[in-house]
Amino acid sequence: MHPSVKRLRSDPAHRFPLPFYWVLFVAVAVSLLLVATSGFCAQALKTATFLPQWRPQAQFAGFYTAYEKGLYRKYGIDVTVLRGGPDRPAGAALAARQADFVTLFLSEAVQVRDKGVRLINIGQLMQRSGFLLVAKAGSGIAAPRDLQGRKVSLWTSFQVQPLAFFRKYGIAVKPVVQGETVNLFLRGGVDAASAMWYNEYYTILNSGLNEEDLTTFFLDRHGLNFPEDGIYVLEETFRRDRALCDAFVRASLEGWQYAFDRPEEALDIVMAYVRKANVATNRPHQRWMLARMRDLIGPKDPSVPMGVLPRQDFLTVAEELHRAGLTGGVPSYGEFYVFGPAKP
Amino acid sequence: MSLAPRSPESGSERTPRGSPQDKRANDVQDPFPGDRRFSGELQSRLGGGLAFKLALFILTSTAVIYLVAFLYSYVTLRKEILADVKKDALGVTMVTLGKIDNVLGGIEKVAAFLARDLSGEGRTAAVMIRQMEGLLQANPEIFGVAVAFEPRAFDGRSRYYAPYIHRGPEGLKRILIGGAEYDYFTKDWYQIPRELDRSLWSEPYVHEGEGGDLVATFSVPFYRTAAGERGLAGIVRVDVSLDWLQDIVSRLMPQRQGYSFLISRNGVFVTHPRKEFIMRESVFSLADATQDEELRRIGRHMVWAGKDFVPLTGSAFGRDSWMFYAPLPSIGWSIGLVFPEAELFGNIFELNRVILMIGGVGFLVLLIVIVVISGTITRPLRTLTEKAAEIARGNLDVALPEIRSRDEVGELSRSFENMKGALKEYISNLAETTAAKERIESELKIARAIQMSFLPKKFPPFPERREMDIYATLIPAREVGGDLYDFFLLDGDHLFFSIGDVSGKGVPAALFMAVTKTLMKGMADRDLAPSALLEAVNGELCRENETSMFVTIFCGVLDLKSGRLSCTAAGHPAPLLIRAGKDPEPLVIGQGFLLGALEGVTYRTTEIVLAPGDNLLLYTDGVTEAQNGNREFYGEARLRRVAAVHAAGGTASLVDAVVADVRSFAGDAPQYDDITLLSVVYQGADGDSRRRDR
Repeated sequence: MHPSVKRLRSDPAHRFPLPFYWVLFVAVAVSLLLVATSGFCAQALKTATFLPQWRPQAQFAGFYTAYEKGLYRKYGIDVTVLRGGPDRPAGAALAARQADFVTLFLSEAVQVRDKGVRLINIGQLMQRSGFLLVAKAGSGIAAPRDLQGRKVSLWTSFQVQPLAFFRKYGIAVKPVVQGETVNLFLRGGVDAASAMWYNEYYTILNSGLNEEDLTTFFLDRHGLNFPEDGIYVLEETFRRDRALCDAFVRASLEGWQYAFDRPEEALDIVMAYVRKANVATNRPHQRWMLARMRDLIGPKDPSVPMGVLPRQDFLTVAEELHRAGLTGGVPSYGEFYVFGPAKP
Repeated sequence: MSLAPRSPESGSERTPRGSPQDKRANDVQDPFPGDRRFSGELQSRLGGGLAFKLALFILTSTAVIYLVAFLYSYVTLRKEILADVKKDALGVTMVTLGKIDNVLGGIEKVAAFLARDLSGEGRTAAVMIRQMEGLLQANPEIFGVAVAFEPRAFDGRSRYYAPYIHRGPEGLKRILIGGAEYDYFTKDWYQIPRELDRSLWSEPYVHEGEGGDLVATFSVPFYRTAAGERGLAGIVRVDVSLDWLQDIVSRLMPQRQGYSFLISRNGVFVTHPRKEFIMRESVFSLADATQDEELRRIGRHMVWAGKDFVPLTGSAFGRDSWMFYAPLPSIGWSIGLVFPEAELFGNIFELNRVILMIGGVGFLVLLIVIVVISGTITRPLRTLTEKAAEIARGNLDVALPEIRSRDEVGELSRSFENMKGALKEYISNLAETTAAKERIESELKIARAIQMSFLPKKFPPFPERREMDIYATLIPAREVGGDLYDFFLLDGDHLFFSIGDVSGKGVPAALFMAVTKTLMKGMADRDLAPSALLEAVNGELCRENETSMFVTIFCGVLDLKSGRLSCTAAGHPAPLLIRAGKDPEPLVIGQGFLLGALEGVTYRTTEIVLAPGDNLLLYTDGVTEAQNGNREFYGEARLRRVAAVHAAGGTASLVDAVVADVRSFAGDAPQYDDITLLSVVYQGADGDSRRRDR
C-alpha cells in the first residue's frame, strides 16, 4: 500500500487530502460537461409529427423510409409517424394541430384552405395525376364519347377531375357513388369506374382482368393533370420554424429517392408498417404501388428536382374547383406554395 | 527338344538357337522373328478386349432394355395414377360442392323468401324484426340478417333504416346500421345488387362487428309498388359465417397429402393452409409475385368457372404439383385441390428408386459375372497364346496348362496339346530322316568315287599306240549312275570297247553296272566274238538277277592292224559312224535282246571295216532323250548335226561339243538320265590319221 494512503487511513486530521479533492473536482466537471453536451445534442433534434392521409401503404414509402433510415434524424428532426386512415382525415388533423406535417391531394388542400385553414404546400410530390377512368373493353367503350349515357362510378371527394373530363368531351353520364371497393365495376354494376393508377387499377388487374381487357382514360393525358399528393403544413408552423419545414421536406425527398433506388428494401419497410396496421394488402400490390409512385413523383425533366409544383398544374386544379363551385376563389400560387429554403 | 539336328560327329548336345546351322537345317522357323513384344501385347488385348467388349455390349443392351421397360412402366403408372387422382378429386370435390351448394342454396332460398315477403304490403317494424329473428333461429348457418331500406322507403322520412340482427356471444343482437359513419348505400352488399338489379353473393370480408369473422353476404333486392310503379324498396342482407365453409374445404383431402383452397370471384383466398394468404393474397398476386404467366392463366380460368386438372410448374403453389379445380356455381367461387407430385407419386418414386437400385446392383453383379466368365475364357487363351509363342520360338517342351473344362476352351487346349505332341513327333522324325539322309548322302559320295574309279579315266589311255584315239565321258544323273563304258586292249592288236545302260538309276544301277562291267572284262578274250561274250555275260547276269534289272550293251572289238570292227548291240542304240569326210550315219547293225532279262538269248556279231579317220561315236539314250523345259527331246537329229560339225576335231572335242550342246539344249531342266559318250577314231595301222579332204 502506498505510504500516502496509509497516512490517509491513520490520520484523522488529513481524512480528505488535496489529491482527493482534485480528483473529485475533475469527475464532477466531466459529468457536467457530458450532461451539457448530451443536453445540447438532444436540443439539436427538433420534434415533429407527420400524418399520412391514408392507411400505411407504399403511397407513403418515402416517408417511412426516411424515418427508418434515420434521414429525419440526420436533418435534425425527431419525427413521430402517425397512422393514417379513413377515420383520421389529414386535413382535419392539420387544422386541429394534431399533426405538424400531412400529405393531401392538391385539390383537397385547396378546398381545405378555402374553408379557412391556412395551410401551405411546402413540397409537391406527385407531378402527374394517378387518376383514371377504367372500363371493360368488351363493353364497347373505346373513346371518351362512348361513355355517353353510361353508368360511371365516381368518388364523392374526388369527382371534380372526372366531371371536368366529361365537360371537356361534352358527355353526360349516369354517375354512381363509388364505395371503397371496385367490386361494383368488376361485377358489371357500372360501365366505368374511377381508379388510382397505383391502387385500384392494380386491384382490377389482380382480379384476373388483363390490361388488354380494359380501356383506360388517364385524365392527365387528357389535359386534366390534377397532381395529387403534396406535403402540407400550417402557415404558422412554417413561419415559426422554416428551417424545420425545409429539413422535413429535404429528408422526405431523400427518403423517396432512397426508396426508388432500393425498392425491395423500401418494400420491406412498408410491409412492416402494413403488418403492424393489419392492412389487407400484399407485397406484389405494394411493389406495383411503389413503381407507380416512381412514375408519378419523378419529374418529367430530370434536371428539375422532386417536389416542384408547376404553376399551371396548380391553376388547373384551383380554377376547376372554383368552376365546380367547390371553392369561393382561387388562392394565390405564391401564397399557397413555398418550396425550398428561404432565399438569402 | 531343340529343332537343330544333332550332329553325330560333333558330340555337342545342341546348337545354339538362331545359329546358321539351325536355320539352314530346319524347315520350321520362328514365325515372328523380330516381334518379342507379341505375347505381352496380345495378353493385354485379350484380357482387356474380351471382357471389355462383352461387358460393354451386354451391359449396354441390358441397360437399354431395362430402361425402356422402366420408362414405359413409369410413364404408364404415372398416367394411371394421375387419372386415378383426377377421378378421386372429381368425386370428392363434387360431393363437397354438392354439400356446400346445398347449404348456400338453402340460404339463398331463405333470403329470397324474406325478400318476397317484404315486397308484400306494409309490415310493421316489429313484425319484420320477428320474421328476421325467426329466420336466424331456424337457420344456424346464418350469422346475421339485415333489411336495409332505400332512403325514405320505410317510413317516408328516414334516410337510413336498416335493422340488423346477428348472433353474439350472449344470444341475438339487434342493432340499426346506417348513418353518417356507415353509409350503407355505397357498401358492396347494398350497391351491387341495387345496380345489377338482382341477388348475388358478395366477396368475402371481415365482419365489421366484433370477432373479426370472415363472412360472405347474400343480398336480395326487394321491391314495392308505390303509385302504380314498382321500385326498389331495399336490400335483404343475409350474412353467412365462412367458418363451416373453410372447415369443409380444408377437410377435403384427409388421406392424401396435399391441400385444398377456396378462392373468391376475385381470386382472393378464402381458405388456404397458409393463414397469412387468406384475404390478403389472391391466386393472381401469387402469380405476380413469382412472375408465373401460367398460374395467371389458370387463375383466370378458375374465376371464370372453369374446371380442369392441370400440372403446376411455378413455385407459387409448390413445384411439381397437380391441381384440380372446380367452381362453386351458386356463389361463383372456386375450389382448388393441390397434389404435390412427391405425394402423388411418392410410392412410385420409391418403387423407382428401389428398381433403379436393383438395376444398379444387378449391373454390378452382371459386370462382375461377365468379367469373371470372360476371365475364364481369356486366361486360358492368354496362357495358350504365351505357350504358342514359346513353341514358335522353338521351345517344344513347354508345359501347357491343364484345362479340365469340357467347353470350347478346354477343347482348344486339348487340341493344342495334341498339336504340340504331333509337332514334336514330326520334328523328331524329320530330324531322324534328315540325319539318315545325310548319312546316305555321304555314303553316296563315296560310292560315286568308287564307281568313277571303275571307269577308265585316263585320256589318252594308250599314248604310245597311234592306231586309234579314244575319248569317253560319263555324266551321271545322280551321284552314281547306271551307264557304263569300258575299253581295254585284248592283246597288242585288238581293242575292246563297250558302252552300256543299266535299267534304272542310282545305287542299284551302279552296282549292276559294276557287275556287268566286271563280267565283260573278265570274260572278254581275243578269240571270243562279241556276241558270244554277250551271251556268256547274259547267262551270268540272269543267274543271279533277283532284282530284274537289265542292261543294254554295245560292244565291239577293233582289229588295229586291219581296221576290222566286230560289234554286237544288245538293245542299245546304234552308234554314229562318222566316216572321214562324210556325214554321220548310224551304224547299221542288228539289235539283240538286252542283257539280264532272259536266259539263253543269242546275239549276232556284225563286221565292218573302219578306214583311217573314221570316227565311231557311242552314246546312251541319256543324250538323245535329254529334255528341255518344254519337254522336247534332244533327239538323234541334233546329235548328228553336232557330230557332223565337230567330228573332225577329234574324239575329245567331239565328245565335249556334244556334252556342251546337250547341256545348252537342256537349259535349267534337270538331268534325268546319265549321259555317256565314247568316241573312237581309227587312225590306221601306222597310226597315221591323215585327214583327207576335210
